[in-house]
Amino acid sequence: MKKLLIALMTAAAALSVAATAEAQEKLKACWVYTGPIGDFGYSYQHDQGRLDVEKALGDKVETAYLENVSEGPDADRAFERLAREGCKIIFGTSFGFMDPEVKVAKKFPDVMFEHATGYKTAENLGIYNARFYEGRYILGQIAAKQSKSGVAGYIVSFPIPEVVMGINSFMLGAQSIKPDFKAKIVWINSWFDPGKEADAAKALFDQGADIIVQHTDSTAPLQVAEERGLQGFGQSSDMIKFAPKAQLTSIVDDWGPYYIGRVNAALDGTWKPGNVWLGIKDGAVKMAPYTNMPDDVKAMAEATEKKIVEGWNPFTGPIAKQDGTPWLKDGEVADDPTLLGMNFYVKGVDDKLPQ
Amino acid sequence: MDITVNILLTIATAATPLLIAAIGELVVERSGVLNLGVEGMMIMGAVGGFGAGYLTGSPWIGLLAAIALGAVFSLLFAVMTLSLATNQVATGLSLTLLGLGLSGMMGTSFVGQPGARLPNLDIPGLTAIPVIGRLLFGQDPIFYISIALTVAVMWFLFKTRTGLTLRSIGDSHTSAHALGIKVIRYRYLAVIFGGACAGLAGGHLSLVYTPQWVENMTAGRGWIALALVVFASWRPWRVLAGAYIFGAVWIGQLHAQAFGIPVPSQLLSSLPYLATIVVLVLISRNKRLTMMNTPASLGQPFVPDR
Repeated sequence: MKKLLIALMTAAAALSVAATAEAQEKLKACWVYTGPIGDFGYSYQHDQGRLDVEKALGDKVETAYLENVSEGPDADRAFERLAREGCKIIFGTSFGFMDPEVKVAKKFPDVMFEHATGYKTAENLGIYNARFYEGRYILGQIAAKQSKSGVAGYIVSFPIPEVVMGINSFMLGAQSIKPDFKAKIVWINSWFDPGKEADAAKALFDQGADIIVQHTDSTAPLQVAEERGLQGFGQSSDMIKFAPKAQLTSIVDDWGPYYIGRVNAALDGTWKPGNVWLGIKDGAVKMAPYTNMPDDVKAMAEATEKKIVEGWNPFTGPIAKQDGTPWLKDGEVADDPTLLGMNFYVKGVDDKLPQ
Repeated sequence: MDITVNILLTIATAATPLLIAAIGELVVERSGVLNLGVEGMMIMGAVGGFGAGYLTGSPWIGLLAAIALGAVFSLLFAVMTLSLATNQVATGLSLTLLGLGLSGMMGTSFVGQPGARLPNLDIPGLTAIPVIGRLLFGQDPIFYISIALTVAVMWFLFKTRTGLTLRSIGDSHTSAHALGIKVIRYRYLAVIFGGACAGLAGGHLSLVYTPQWVENMTAGRGWIALALVVFASWRPWRVLAGAYIFGAVWIGQLHAQAFGIPVPSQLLSSLPYLATIVVLVLISRNKRLTMMNTPASLGQPFVPDR
């Protein structure tokens, strides 16, 4: 009996060693999402990046993800669980994962951590973000050219710097074409609620806007534009299938190249915590094909895109704040920390920023 | 004038799913069963409706599938709570969680696909009448179903013998049982009716409101419907009023924002909830009437002794 038991235990031990040996050959890369991967928006695009990693690196990696992880204490457990399950590199994709990730990164010094859209780093924790505002400037220019009423409807989620930055950049773009261009802004206090987004779009159209812009995640506003024969812009993904006549372009998040690069670095041991803010020129922010607009508008959009790729920043002075006080001098460019903490409007925005 | 018509149409679209889901749940609760799984049944209806419409290309088949899926899903709740006498609150909550998860899994391949939309009613000559034409004869088919359903439920509960029996079961299942009424059978039918309604409400979301499938697209509407039933003190016409007040204030606050009224948007966003509760509390001030309308055996499991 004893012998049998010992034999069994040895066998089990051998098996588990074999299992770890095999696991070590593959690098396990893991992701944590705050939304469902089926949102066809923000979390969906991160997951597309994960799939790109699988496609590009094939047998060398194994991936895993946790979706619908709420920001806050719950996230601690998610990151810790992934670290314990043998993930060697972990990507946290939402702002609210910042503190949990910092905490868990301390506990697991051998695991590489990456955090999107935050600002805290550590020896084994790097950060990355995308300059969506670059795309929003182009949207503003197109809107000003395409709009007949001179008024755009802008559906927004929460007054955080990312969103405020987007509104400002959009308005600067629009004003560069039509100085008196207006945007009506509606806050729906949600990232994702197709019904509310559709209602907000209808309300804005009813009040005279003829172009819809959104900083929320669903395709609903564009569908309303399509139904009414008006136009708008997609968000996060290329939404042309939902609005073949209405979508002008869309800001597409493409995390694939970045993720492939980082996982590759982890594979060959060159990974170091970084701090990158990727834009159009890095391929992380892409513009969906410019459609449903005349050739000259398309040419203008492409020219602006090229200018941005060459290093021009939409937040280049002279720019005044909403109340008219000067913010940036002629030729002065806003620095990244100011943009990342942006909590004021530029001149011409017709809304009071909720505090 | 045009803007007023547009606003009224938008309000109707926003109120319709709430009304349908709430009317279904009202019948369930009148029979003495508390099904907290409305959100789960609704999302199953949404995914089923979208899926069937997308795969067959016919939104009408989608509509039927939404109703069917909601009903089948509610059967799960019925078997658990009625035949096995499990706790209704816990079972209802798990039905919601199960529905949210299961629908996400079923809908994986529908994400990012445009679906079929139910066409609006278009009667030559009538729909074109200025102002009232589009309001009365130009809305989506589910809007008309929702109004018909409310009237039918009102008539059924208060004008028919079967309706009286159903209400008596909700008030005292033991007495009803003693009179020889088949309590469990009535409750099964009520729960399935509630499920079918929730499914239809979900179908409205994915076939009319926003013709697409995305996870969690009900975004809490099932819970609002549940709250409406309680605040309407189990009266169908108050549910109708509640759903439309909610819709009106909700659409109104969006217009107020777009108009540039300087009120914090967070406050405006909470207005529909506040306004609906206040109004319904006001109209149900009469305590005696409210007591009379509250199903006395609501939420209590019933095991017939032989």
